Amino acid sequence: MSTDTSLDWQIATVTSVHDESPRVKSFRFDLPKENYLSAGQYFDVRLTAPDGYQTRRSYSITSSPESRKSIELAIELIAGGEVSSYFHEVVQPGDKIEVQGPIGGYFTWDPSQTEPILLIAGGTGIAPLVSMLRHRQSSPTKAPTVLMVSARTEPDLLFRKELQLMEEEDLNFDSIVTLTRKMPKNWLIENVRENRRIDLKMIETAINRLGESPSSAYVCGGTGFVESIGNHLLEIGMAYTDILTERFGP
Amino acid sequence: MINNRFFGKRRPDAPRPIPPGQYQEDGFPVLSAGPTPKVDTATWEFTIDIKGSTVASWSWDALNALPQTDIHTDIHCVTKWSKLDTDWCGVTIDTLLKDAGIDPPAGFAMAGCDGGYTTNIPVADIVDGKGMLVHTFDGQPLAPEHGGPVRLLIPHLYLWKSAKWVRNLRFMDQDAPGFWEGYGYHMYGDPWREQRYSND
Ligand SMILES: Cc1cc2nc3c(=O)[nH]c(=O)nc-3n(C[C@H](O)[C@H](O)[C@H](O)COP(=O)(O)OP(=O)(O)OC[C@H]3O[C@@H](n4cnc5c(N)ncnc54)[C@H](O)[C@@H]3O)c2cc1C
Repeated sequence: MSTDTSLDWQIATVTSVHDESPRVKSFRFDLPKENYLSAGQYFDVRLTAPDGYQTRRSYSITSSPESRKSIELAIELIAGGEVSSYFHEVVQPGDKIEVQGPIGGYFTWDPSQTEPILLIAGGTGIAPLVSMLRHRQSSPTKAPTVLMVSARTEPDLLFRKELQLMEEEDLNFDSIVTLTRKMPKNWLIENVRENRRIDLKMIETAINRLGESPSSAYVCGGTGFVESIGNHLLEIGMAYTDILTERFGP
Repeated sequence: MINNRFFGKRRPDAPRPIPPGQYQEDGFPVLSAGPTPKVDTATWEFTIDIKGSTVASWSWDALNALPQTDIHTDIHCVTKWSKLDTDWCGVTIDTLLKDAGIDPPAGFAMAGCDGGYTTNIPVADIVDGKGMLVHTFDGQPLAPEHGGPVRLLIPHLYLWKSAKWVRNLRFMDQDAPGFWEGYGYHMYGDPWREQRYSND
């Protein structure tokens, strides 16, 4: 049970907006108070129209949980999406947005967990995993970690440069990137890049690169993606409770 | 707080009021903390425990041999979607208790599931036709990702209380948090009072 469960609505101020990919923007928010965060958690945002109509959605925190008064969210533009299109088309630095959080305590990771882990992301599902990696980066203990990323095309890959840098600096961190649609020339490099949906064989490659069996796997993305990866992980013999999932939507 | 230039893409009005903060969804989204467990009905068993001992159990066939109840209802997920006019079939908790010859104990119940998920519910909220074990959704066997072969259904509470892959009900004198409740979700979870998180 988390000790601080005060989940009042806070009025956050947008301090910056920048493009992560053609369809994803990152939004940084200043929060009115310090929040005790864990990597993997999310915030709800609530929008209110002049006539009182309200709607709310959940977005994973991408920034490191060490940043307690300022968080970043990465929001993908969904065609016809009520909230994501408002963020992409209207929200600017200086705007105020109501947020509630942090929410979720199960799909979380802390650097004190030093056992080897597998992180598996479909599309924007990389958001909570990046928070874990950023936290890991600044911590002295570094759990052996392999990240598997599946995206549609190369420009859709999120946080690419930062992740490449982490990989260069850190012998305990590896990643496998796969594109499910268009593959650029010279894309395929032995064991590092793939051009198909994540399957059993790719997961086995990831585990080989980890060098030992993962003690847990964090899987995040759309429902179809998470269901399929969850089934593969059960098939290779991972225990049900060692597979943690976060489903973003359809 | 009103958001400048936010007008909202209101979905078509629901044919009747739905709980605050919810929207009507025609699909059936999936929310679970882990992967979908593979449950074999050949070895499936549902048990009731009171004061630490198992007082009744049913195999898959035994469950299906009990009187079956159809229910037409709306369901409300804490992630803000509501699905209207859903049809389910299964066995009410009343029927199970009657079959076992047990009077419903006062207090609370903890539902236990394949995969280790648990959730707590006041006993009063699962008796008198309010709670049941369901195995059929819209005339079809309940799909594994939606909790098949058997899930709990307590439609007047947020859907996380309707535990998927349910295997056990444990009666307790005192309330205790289940899985999501331990992570800050509301102990009771009434959608009409918007009891999403612990201090709502
Ligand atoms: C715990 C959690 C964490 C999340 N974290 C993030 C995050 O970090 N970044 C992020 O971008 N999103 C995240 N999401 C999804 C997010 O909450 C919204 O569902 C999404 O932004 C769409 O909202 P919308 O109002 O724009 O679209 P809506 O108006 O709700 O939907 C418009 C249409 O798009 C479809 N749709 C809805 N969501 C998706 C989707 N994810 N992919 C494809 N189609 C969809 C709907 O079925 C509908 O037909 C998260 C969801 C959950 C439950």
